[in-house]
Amino acid sequence: MKLNIDKKLDINELLKDLENYSPKRRGWHWREGRNKKRKVGDFEFLETSENLKNSVPLTGSRGIGGIDPQPDCVITTEIASGRFEDDIRRMRMAAYNGADHIMVIRTAGQSHYDSLIEGTPQGIGGVTITRKQIRATRKALDAIEEEVGRPINFHSYISGVAGPDIAAMFAEEGVNGAHQDPQYNVLYRNINMVRSFVDACEAKKIMAFADILQIDGAHNANATAMKAWKVTPELLVQHAINSAFSRKVGIKPQNIALSTVPPTAPPAPCMRLDLPYAVALRDLFKDYKMRAQQHTKYMESDMREATVTHTLNLVMSRLTSADIQSTITPDEGRNVPWHYNNIAAVDTARQALNGLDGIREMVTLNRDGELGKKARELKERAILFMEEILKIGGYFKAVEEGFFIDSGCYPERNGDGIPREINGGVGAGAVFKRDKDYFAPVSVHYGKNNIPKGFKKASDVIGGDTFEDRKKIVYIDELDDFDNVNTRLKDVSKYQNSSLVKPEVEWAADGIVTTSIFLPLDIRTAEFAAIKVGEKMGLEDVVVVHKRSIHPSEGTLVEIKGKVKFDIDINELVIPKVIPLLSEEEIRADIAEKPLLIVAGTVGNDEHSVGLKEILDIKHGGIEKYGVKYIYLGTSVPCEKMVDAAIEAGAAAILISTIITHDDVHIKNMKKISDLAIEKGVRDKLILVAGGTQVTHEIAQDAGMDAGFGRGTKGIDVASFIVKNRRTKS
Amino acid sequence: MKREDDFEKRRKHLKKLSDEELFDKFWGLAEEIVQPMLDLGRENTTPAIERSILLRMGFSSLEAGPIVEGTIAKGLMGKGCGNIVWKLSQKKGISVREAGLLLVEGKEWDSVETLFNA
Repeated sequence: MKLNIDKKLDINELLKDLENYSPKRRGWHWREGRNKKRKVGDFEFLETSENLKNSVPLTGSRGIGGIDPQPDCVITTEIASGRFEDDIRRMRMAAYNGADHIMVIRTAGQSHYDSLIEGTPQGIGGVTITRKQIRATRKALDAIEEEVGRPINFHSYISGVAGPDIAAMFAEEGVNGAHQDPQYNVLYRNINMVRSFVDACEAKKIMAFADILQIDGAHNANATAMKAWKVTPELLVQHAINSAFSRKVGIKPQNIALSTVPPTAPPAPCMRLDLPYAVALRDLFKDYKMRAQQHTKYMESDMREATVTHTLNLVMSRLTSADIQSTITPDEGRNVPWHYNNIAAVDTARQALNGLDGIREMVTLNRDGELGKKARELKERAILFMEEILKIGGYFKAVEEGFFIDSGCYPERNGDGIPREINGGVGAGAVFKRDKDYFAPVSVHYGKNNIPKGFKKASDVIGGDTFEDRKKIVYIDELDDFDNVNTRLKDVSKYQNSSLVKPEVEWAADGIVTTSIFLPLDIRTAEFAAIKVGEKMGLEDVVVVHKRSIHPSEGTLVEIKGKVKFDIDINELVIPKVIPLLSEEEIRADIAEKPLLIVAGTVGNDEHSVGLKEILDIKHGGIEKYGVKYIYLGTSVPCEKMVDAAIEAGAAAILISTIITHDDVHIKNMKKISDLAIEKGVRDKLILVAGGTQVTHEIAQDAGMDAGFGRGTKGIDVASFIVKNRRTKS
Repeated sequence: MKREDDFEKRRKHLKKLSDEELFDKFWGLAEEIVQPMLDLGRENTTPAIERSILLRMGFSSLEAGPIVEGTIAKGLMGKGCGNIVWKLSQKKGISVREAGLLLVEGKEWDSVETLFNA
């Protein structure tokens, strides 16, 4: 399948011939071209990787040459709406914005499902991980990575009571990364501890074979503990147990990534609290990779607040190190992530990582003082923790006694840990001793295997397994006649390849929009008033997604979401035609033959000058480049002065900039210029042009100007318009 | 268990260790903790491990489940499900896949018991 940038990804095409699809490659991919200086645009970067073939740069790059430097670390985004067919489109958008690690959360309850699940049933709070969904997604990502010019890592979970089953399927289907940590099963999913570790041996062995990068589950201790900043010694212990265990099973350390989160957030002095932990971790785990996760524990529904916390997390990543920078969508405290919030999170990461590029060349951590002392203390506390585990009889005994997720900073204990029984939990009693003649006829297997005489390796007995001959894989398409992708696509078929469109945030044509409302009310009244506002706006299923008191009586900000009831037919839209530009040569020739003088300035009480100068100055590709002469009157120029100067100089055009929009002052300024020109009898002779961030051609014309230009305007747009307009006048 | 923070008292034996010694101690302890679990993995199997083996032998998830359940019912998990399917195919002179499908259909389970008598 090949994608065309100007066309939507065709899901029906994707689903075609899936039973015969083989993934392009296997194994994890780090970004190319790291650890060397790189020139991007006007700047030298110290911590980047190769540029993308196609991408959307940060909006701020407009004034910085449109550059899109790619940080050196892999950037993760988590996409799992429950419908893989919609997620695939979001993955394409995320990759286009710089994500190269797509993590798919599993549907609620899959951990306790004692088998693979097949088909394409819709998930809840995640995607049902099945062979068909994994294969379709991998197929889409194989095409998406061609579009952006960088391999994309696809990731999900090898946990629960079907870990070894899923590991085998992932190895066969080209999944590149996975969470695997038996401690997670035990502590958070109440899966029997013996079963979890025995299963993990086989799962990890398969991951080692398939070069799948492993991420552990320690960050969950941070999210679960009452006081997150107190569990840091335990986090070191959990990381150590899974890392040592995985390495002994056979995973190479460079494929073992620690899921590490700065545990604390503002208004706590989080950087000072979390930095010693980050340093201790990187000292002890120097052979392993750091997957820097963003903080969620103290995250609420305020997206701005979440973004600031995440930016501080990124400062931490750059001050220490991060091999994989994970991102959390700023709306995670509100709902399952929405399309554009995945992009917002990726933007936060690349913006901060670009901004902090090479900072360690100028700023170093002072380890001689409190930082070094605290880091050492954390290491010692972790060692004491492990000594006590061994003293009381080992890991299983420690879990039984509630050693883990206790909110005391070890050796302090609060007695609120999560205890589990060695004979309890899901999947208990399902561990069987291998007999002397136990045999598993597969190429990858952990532990005792009694290969029959006459065979070199175990899988030779069956003539090779699926890892050696993928034709042996049995592909199941669908098992449920109703709960499947075909039914869901049928429901939204009127929007496929048609002119009808509906807003969406998560699923095709879900119709969801949000509205920000300030109400001069107390928080409780405002909440209900906002719902009423939404209903009167015609929205259905109105829900408050965020509310913040600004003052107990003066006002509250409320954000609501709701569904629109209508479709838009794009064929009925009146879209003004883009006016074709004259070529640079034509403009230059016209002006050489008939010189053009204009007056320009920012009108009213407005000190903004950058935009107008870009339109004028030759060095920014402004109109001067085409031979236009101009008289620049500066900023905060009264409208009268603009018109008088034009008359006095005999200018052909007035170019005003008007940025401030308070009380529609920009429209008033435009009208005033037009009225003055009429009053002084020069309107027919003068070409009146306005520009500004909130100016559009339509607004300007309504206010009596000849043309208006908004964001993104270049000198050639203005020069071309003036030359054309002058021709019609003569 | 509730306990006050007695870090200063407990750390006495660690106080003098260099950073390198602390590093080695940390990993020594971690390896000691995980050793029993590695041994368990070496000596034992589970329904999920056996299903995973059957998947890789060319059975679907719908087929692997019943074979494992049948093996547990016969008390033969210690032999390995893949082993049972392979031995049955040898005995009957049929392919591994054909042998497995017979078991999925509930057939041949009685003859399975005799495969390991020798």
